[in-house]
Amino acid sequence: MRYRPARAMEAQTVPDRPGLPLRERLRELPPVQAAARNPQAAAAAVIGAFVVALIVGEGLQEVAQRGLTGLSNGAIYALGAVGLTLVYGILKLVNFAHGDFLTFGAYMAFIVNISWGGPLVLAILFAIAVTALLGVALEKAMWGPMRARGAGTLQLLLMAIGLALVIRYVIQFAFGTELRQLDVNNTATADFLGLSIGRTFLVVIGVGFVVLLATGLMLRYTLLGKRMRALSDNLELAETSGIDTSRVILYTWVFAAGSAGLAGVFAGAVTQVQPELGFEFLLPIFAAVVLGGIGNAFGALASGIILGVVIEWSTFFIDPGFKLGVGFLVLIIVLVVRPQGIFGQARTV
Amino acid sequence: MTELLPTLPLAIDLEAFASLGFWTGVGILAGTYTIFALGLQINVGFTGIFNFGQAGFMAIGAYSMAILVTDAELSFWLALPIAILITIAFGLLIGLPALRLRTDYLAIATIAAAEALRLFALNARDLTGGAQGIFGFDNDWDDVSDSILSGLESLGWTNPETLFPLFLVVWGVAIVLIIALTALQKTPWGRVLRAVREDEDAARALGKNAFAYKLQSLAIAAALGAIAGFFLALNLRFIIPDEFLPIFTFLGYAVLVLGGLASYWGVAVGSIVFWTLFEGLRFLELPFDEVQIRALQFIVLGLVLILLMAFRPQGMFGKRQEMVLGD
Repeated sequence: MRYRPARAMEAQTVPDRPGLPLRERLRELPPVQAAARNPQAAAAAVIGAFVVALIVGEGLQEVAQRGLTGLSNGAIYALGAVGLTLVYGILKLVNFAHGDFLTFGAYMAFIVNISWGGPLVLAILFAIAVTALLGVALEKAMWGPMRARGAGTLQLLLMAIGLALVIRYVIQFAFGTELRQLDVNNTATADFLGLSIGRTFLVVIGVGFVVLLATGLMLRYTLLGKRMRALSDNLELAETSGIDTSRVILYTWVFAAGSAGLAGVFAGAVTQVQPELGFEFLLPIFAAVVLGGIGNAFGALASGIILGVVIEWSTFFIDPGFKLGVGFLVLIIVLVVRPQGIFGQARTV
Repeated sequence: MTELLPTLPLAIDLEAFASLGFWTGVGILAGTYTIFALGLQINVGFTGIFNFGQAGFMAIGAYSMAILVTDAELSFWLALPIAILITIAFGLLIGLPALRLRTDYLAIATIAAAEALRLFALNARDLTGGAQGIFGFDNDWDDVSDSILSGLESLGWTNPETLFPLFLVVWGVAIVLIIALTALQKTPWGRVLRAVREDEDAARALGKNAFAYKLQSLAIAAALGAIAGFFLALNLRFIIPDEFLPIFTFLGYAVLVLGGLASYWGVAVGSIVFWTLFEGLRFLELPFDEVQIRALQFIVLGLVLILLMAFRPQGMFGKRQEMVLGD
């Protein structure tokens, strides 16, 4: 038998421990204390100050221009993050294969759009549907049975990694490593207010934000959305209160994989379709998930967009080659200083 | 052979498969990844910390060594211990904040740290040569290699395999490390490590500084990663950022779980089995092109991970009761 102290007791004994976590020690400083009490306001204040400083230093025009570019990546991060965070929150599964769901979606769109010559809208719908189906199939074949057997963290982590490799390299096996292009016009730009943005980027921002808004409303107001959040909050409690959890889990996979498929098509449209596509987006998506607080869908949505913009703005100071490093840096700093994210609550950690 | 046996697509190119060149190559890779995965073993198997950044440690070790030799013009033999120390310092730097995290967060944090490093290596061209990488750091090794080769010739082996000295040295080092680590595991220090794995709170209640033990475990893994990095660099004769993708950490995990958790000798066997399978795939007479064979290798890697975790999570030599699979 193992002795495990209750979470609440553990929290109370924290200050007495010799190896007091850094964030606990930091919390004793007054401004940090205030920030810890209201992390959203603190984050908003930091970002606000950052934006003002940028505008003063670099000019409104340039800041808005790069911010706009950042929004399209932000929309992709947010779309990827919202599904990843729900799966993480509900199933306690760190789905390393989520990035490869994006790749899968992009290739499904490529098949319809290029191989079969179909219209892009149809390709997007097909990609969403088939990726959602993949998510459900994997739940039925792999994750459900493993949960029933009481698999541990390491087992699930390594299975997710194995799955990621299988998806990625089956795609590479079938399509090769060539960079492929969806049928989008990447040279046309839209100009307004003195800003210029690629038409594809604009479509990604437009459609992305509509979908993200719909997602937010769905989670906030529909019964399914409420159930998903209830499961993410506490699966046993949700089950006790009469929610058909296995059904909601299936819907969660439909939603998570489907949104990943859409994110993948967008990612393929603004860059190129290639087997590493989703993997390159995975760590920024993880950063958005952690920043938003694991399991917190709204947090993931907001953090994804913030991250996309901030990463783009970071190119004012650093070589663009390093800009993805900013995502990793944010991820590590947030994990260390505030692992529950700016939208999460301490007890989720 | 393909033309002779068109109806047998799964025939093995026996000639290539039986050649000493093939086995020397496989042996070097297996030895390198044995050392690499020994680090994962002490972390995952004996301390219960999920280090997913081992490829990052390998990168720091290999790059520090190469930069010290080519830029600072240090002797290769002096560069090795310094590179190990640099890697340990990085391990402590990452471990100090990250080891306080919950297991799954630690996995994400370490993989992000390793990727950040790879990205740095890719972009800091002045220091690391960017995507072209670094070469020309192995002259001192070549002298040793040549003298081993002439030694082999004097023993009566005409025309020995040029990479055979590396094979001998990598396995010599791997076996010494396995013996040392196995002995270390039997000391009181090793027993505390296991206690931390089993129940950190209980270890702490007994007055053991669990965090310090975890940090020491990570430092040892970093050092082992660096040593694996040296052999990787000597085998390739150059280093490029692509050799340190997270996928190589996952490969290390496949080696680890194939051999079994909490067994250092198991790592060596797991590595030999894995690399024989992995490289042997290239000699199956399959009707695929090179990219497809490469993809097939990684599909097999993924399947090994999935199937082992689903059906035999303790691996070949692991003991089920020695596993901490839960939180």
